[in-house]
Amino acid sequence: MKFAIVVHGAPYSSQSSLSALHFARAALASGHEIYRVFFYHDGVLNGTALAAPPQDEIDIPSAWQALAREHTLDLVVCIASSLRRGLLDETEADRYEKPAANLAPGFVISGLGQLIDGALNADRTITFCA
Amino acid sequence: MKRILFIQRHGPHGSLFGQETLDAILMGSAFASCSVLLLEDGIYQVLKGQDAGQLESRDYSVTYGALRDYGVETIYVSARHLAARGLATEDLLVETVPLDDAGVTGLLHEHDVILGA
Repeated sequence: MKFAIVVHGAPYSSQSSLSALHFARAALASGHEIYRVFFYHDGVLNGTALAAPPQDEIDIPSAWQALAREHTLDLVVCIASSLRRGLLDETEADRYEKPAANLAPGFVISGLGQLIDGALNADRTITFCA
Repeated sequence: MKRILFIQRHGPHGSLFGQETLDAILMGSAFASCSVLLLEDGIYQVLKGQDAGQLESRDYSVTYGALRDYGVETIYVSARHLAARGLATEDLLVETVPLDDAGVTGLLHEHDVILGA
């Protein structure tokens, strides 16, 4: 089965992100394919490179990065949602003349077309609402 | 072609779920056959007479009127959720098709993909 996963919640603000992470791990462990993970609404904040949670707690943004490294996942944050919420890659930081970029390695900024493409090409689209 | 159903469950302001989901609907309609279902407080997104100015929020409700031009087939609304809010379809900015609970269930089954917040 080929899954598209949609994440609506910021890390730690709701169960959305962590449940999506658990689902992704379980799907991959069962031999399924993940076509794309699309981060929308506050979910884009999972793509921050600057989260520094206490050491005895799960580092959710880093866990996504690790999963992407291990399985070559396509982690996409919605560009419109990201720009509003202050999540920028180098290109966008230059374009909007902001002092820094903060998108973590393993994530790419792209448009809503990637959400629709995922929905149309995956066998199942699973949304983790916030 | 796959059919996508977009569900709106949140009020128009107080969160960006409505506005950003509407963006997704516009994008979806460019690539697929799309319909919209308004549930719970999502119905308020198309309530007539909104004035978001004092909230310093954007009034995007007018965009719903253009959805048909974008190829969105039908905007459905839960008749039960509409009645629970003391509203009728005449209170809404756009033409909607009210569905009873069985109708909503049927609509979910008719579509290949369900998106929304």
